[in-house]
Amino acid sequence: MKKILALLLAGCMALALCACGDTGTDADADADATASGDTIVIGVYEPMSGDNGAGGKQEVLGMQYANSIEPTVEIDGKTYNVKLEVVDNESSNDKAVSAANTLIAKKPSIILGSYGSGVSIAASDTFANAGVPAVGVSCTNPQVTQGNDHYFRICFIEPFQGPVLANFAKDELNAKKVYCLGQLGNDYDQGLINYFKDEAETNLGIECIVDAFPEGNSDFNSYLTNAKNQGADVIFAPCSISYAQLIIEQAAAQNITQPILAGDTWDSNTVVAMAQGKNIQVYVSTFYAEGGDAEFEAGFKEWINSDTANKNNNGGNDMIAAVSVMGYDAYFTALEALKTAGSTDPADVMAALPNVKYTGISGEIVFNEVGDADRHMAYIKVNNSETGVWDLAKVQEANAD
Amino acid sequence: MSEFISNNLPYLLAGISVGGQYALIAIGYTMVYGILRLINFAHGDVFMVAGLIMVYATASLPIYVSIVLVVVATVLLGVLIEKVAYKPLRSAPRMSVMISAIGVSYLLQNCALYFTGGLPQIYPEIPALTKQVVIGSGSTKMVTLVTPILTIVLVVALVLLIRYTKVGMAMRAVSKDFETSELMGIKINNVISLTFVIGCFLAAIGSLLYFSNYASVIPTSGAMPGLKAFVAAVFGGIGSVPGAVIGAFIIGICENIIKGMGWTAFSDAFTFVLLIVILLVKPTGIFGEKATDKV
Amino acid sequence: MGKKLQAAVPAEKKIGNLIAVVLIAALYVLLYLLDNVLPVNSTTTMLIPVLQKGAIYALVCVSMNLLNGFTGLFSLGQAGFMLIGAYSYAIFAIPAEQHEAVYQYFEGGAIQFSIPQVLGNVLGESGGAFLGAIICLMIGGVVAAVFAALIGIPVLRLKSDYLAIATLGFAEIIRALFMWNGLGRITNGSNLLRKYTSFANMRFQVGGTVIKLDTIFPFLIAMLGILTIVLLVNSSYGRAFKSIRDDEIAAEAMGINLFKHKMLSFVISSFFAGVGGALLAMFQTTVQANFFRSTMTYEILLIVVIGGIGSISGSCIGAFLYIACSEWWLRFLDSGALPIPFVGGEIPVPFFRDGFRKVVLSVVIMVIVLFFSRGIMGDKELSFSGLIRKIRGKKEAKAAAQAAAGEEDAQ
Repeated sequence: MKKILALLLAGCMALALCACGDTGTDADADADATASGDTIVIGVYEPMSGDNGAGGKQEVLGMQYANSIEPTVEIDGKTYNVKLEVVDNESSNDKAVSAANTLIAKKPSIILGSYGSGVSIAASDTFANAGVPAVGVSCTNPQVTQGNDHYFRICFIEPFQGPVLANFAKDELNAKKVYCLGQLGNDYDQGLINYFKDEAETNLGIECIVDAFPEGNSDFNSYLTNAKNQGADVIFAPCSISYAQLIIEQAAAQNITQPILAGDTWDSNTVVAMAQGKNIQVYVSTFYAEGGDAEFEAGFKEWINSDTANKNNNGGNDMIAAVSVMGYDAYFTALEALKTAGSTDPADVMAALPNVKYTGISGEIVFNEVGDADRHMAYIKVNNSETGVWDLAKVQEANAD
Repeated sequence: MSEFISNNLPYLLAGISVGGQYALIAIGYTMVYGILRLINFAHGDVFMVAGLIMVYATASLPIYVSIVLVVVATVLLGVLIEKVAYKPLRSAPRMSVMISAIGVSYLLQNCALYFTGGLPQIYPEIPALTKQVVIGSGSTKMVTLVTPILTIVLVVALVLLIRYTKVGMAMRAVSKDFETSELMGIKINNVISLTFVIGCFLAAIGSLLYFSNYASVIPTSGAMPGLKAFVAAVFGGIGSVPGAVIGAFIIGICENIIKGMGWTAFSDAFTFVLLIVILLVKPTGIFGEKATDKV
Repeated sequence: MGKKLQAAVPAEKKIGNLIAVVLIAALYVLLYLLDNVLPVNSTTTMLIPVLQKGAIYALVCVSMNLLNGFTGLFSLGQAGFMLIGAYSYAIFAIPAEQHEAVYQYFEGGAIQFSIPQVLGNVLGESGGAFLGAIICLMIGGVVAAVFAALIGIPVLRLKSDYLAIATLGFAEIIRALFMWNGLGRITNGSNLLRKYTSFANMRFQVGGTVIKLDTIFPFLIAMLGILTIVLLVNSSYGRAFKSIRDDEIAAEAMGINLFKHKMLSFVISSFFAGVGGALLAMFQTTVQANFFRSTMTYEILLIVVIGGIGSISGSCIGAFLYIACSEWWLRFLDSGALPIPFVGGEIPVPFFRDGFRKVVLSVVIMVIVLFFSRGIMGDKELSFSGLIRKIRGKKEAKAAAQAAAGEEDAQ
């Protein structure tokens, strides 16, 4: 019995190895085919599991929809089929390197992703060593593009988003004292709070109280009591979606009347669904507000509804997340880069990227010298607790300073 | 003074409520350990799976039918895990059994990830538990008040069961000496199964209370409460039911007081500091039996 | 018969050692070829990181095995010591000019020099990177060992599961401490440490060609570490460790200082865990306290048990197999289609979606644990002299069986 089992296991492993080796030769064949004018690979480096799995999936949906609309690209007079290769980075930096290598092994001409800055930074060197350019879709940490030539980004960054939210808190919510709550050990949370606090305390005269919760925490009652006891009039909680639901739920249970303010991660239908029917105000800053482009929205919704797997990945309904729009724009930016480069060689694409201009659903994308798209506005949305959707509250521009 | 109370009452309430939930999970750990000398790492994940079953059951069944279903399914899952993953390893080294437990924990988490797609699932509202109540100046859910009371009732019932029934006596005998009790005619496998039934029953009740409070289930939802409950069990002296409950309440309350004092970054670390200090003073926990070395 | 065997043993051992040395030399030649000569295709692209991480995990697993398998101390603090090693390495290896960017929220941090750079001024860039990395790895190990010594004084008095939970607790406390903003000028708080010397910096210019040591470097360090542990285990200290594992009271009665030996084992194990953590930092090119969770310790423990508790070669084999399975071989299960080996093409399989790979991996782990509860190697070691003996033994057994049934007893 044991021996048979051992043989069976070994056999399975050997088969898996063969499968891998073979996908390898396939990819090589593909690469040859690429040269002769067949398929071009766009790598998608996104979290499909872990803390940011939900957001990563919505971002990928945007790319897949874009791919279904425009499955081919004409480069230098030849028409290529575009193939999206999605690799899961598990929202975790220690899996990032091997995930990035898995992607590189598929010979992409350009890479899109990721949702979450930490994994993008962790994979950055792998992409650089392989000479493949990458376009960040919704990673907002400035360090992603700083000091390198291969990483670009189409969204705004934290030094922009933090002050925007601080100004919004001052202008619209009349904040005097803000309670900032982020996850301990999460660079996104802590970074955004840092920029928010800088702007709020030095320029706007808002007092900030900073608190952190440990990973895996689910009891936020004490934190919300802290906020209440210290007399905060706004709660700023830029954390990941899993915690967002818990915070909303418990804030509603405690009758917290202070508005809750958060960053782009909270812009998700799972968050707004949780706030439905509850007496609570949630404001989020994001890249896109529903209603911006009717034609795109109609098409996207139809596509989501046509496939249950897509609908599940989108959180069970057809609401459009801003990250899906960013994914969509990222795909077309990548196509634009390929066209500009006139070649499928990653090196040419990298050289062409700084000159790429593309006007997407979320606005104009032009890269500056660091490699970031210049963004001057963020959409602030508020939840509608009756209908369970996001309403646009304000289009906030960065204060000139 | 009254302001002080109204400001700090929420921390205490939260602490007691959290403590009650940890207690229900901790009993599962401590009972299994008492009998099998096994740290059942999968227990926290069984708790998470109970939450997911509830989410999926209420999609098509009325809420109170679902509750029954959740309890039954969780108990069956626990017994199944015992039969498949632990029973074949009765004579294997202890470490192998523990690894089997870690393996089951991985399997449950990964299955949950596969079926939910990693998206947070919103837990259904159980009207009797999620109703709002106002205490003093604060407002909270009914479940916060129900949890400690229900916990204490269940624990008293369990202690009575262990102390005064035949099955309870068998359990105590098995935990004292495995082989001798087998020679005395106790059906060991039945006793072990019963331990898992009780542990998982309490985990299912715990999950109903816990997720009514924190209404979002993700595949790793069970990990942190599981670890805390385990710490509570060790704290109280692993193997002792009242010890686990007292340990759970102490940890729940201390944790929330620490958060209220502004040391939020260290609320988890503090739990472990407390544990280590207790272990150094009393190496087998508060109520643990002193182990004697046989020569 | 007996005489013949006695005479044969040293010869077998010699041949066995020779084979081992030849194989190791061949391995390094292969690694050199992999780094420098072999064409970059999809297989080598994956092979390099898997081998790198496998070597690192082998070292960490062997260090845990020293504690759990050879000394019988059930400790779950491995991830904590790896974290200390990784941070100590990274802090001293970040180039000075990068401090401003890395410590962006903490005014450039408190430490303003980098050991590889300081050495680089004397030895040239690549020499500095190589030696600097080794020195920083040692610092990582030493800091972890010092922490272990401090922690060990109170907790090593605890027994079995209580020791396990106490060390697990320390790992969590250390993690919280490193994420705390109060130490931000050193640890960078919740943010990543990056830009330090990594495997990709292990390059030497010889003449006109660049020699890459990307994969050789971690193998070299891991092998030295494992070799040290093997020597230790086979020394009188190692015998003392094993006697503590088998029976603490008997060991004490034989005059073994329990605390001293436990402490020694704990500190040495932590030293190599620290070095392993530092290597992991080099591999990942970024460090954040957040990913040294208790699940990492469980993962390592899993590999140790799958490989065989008390078997060093088992831990090494287990590490490479586990890393290859979890990060490479099973990835196709997530892709939505089954590639057909040797023919090419794919069959779409609807249940092959995200996460299926992990389900399969955990089922495989369960099967191994249930049916091979002693692990791949049990507590035996892979040795070539043993292998030769086995083959010879079989041949002789055959011959003996043919000659006379009675002689078989001598075997």
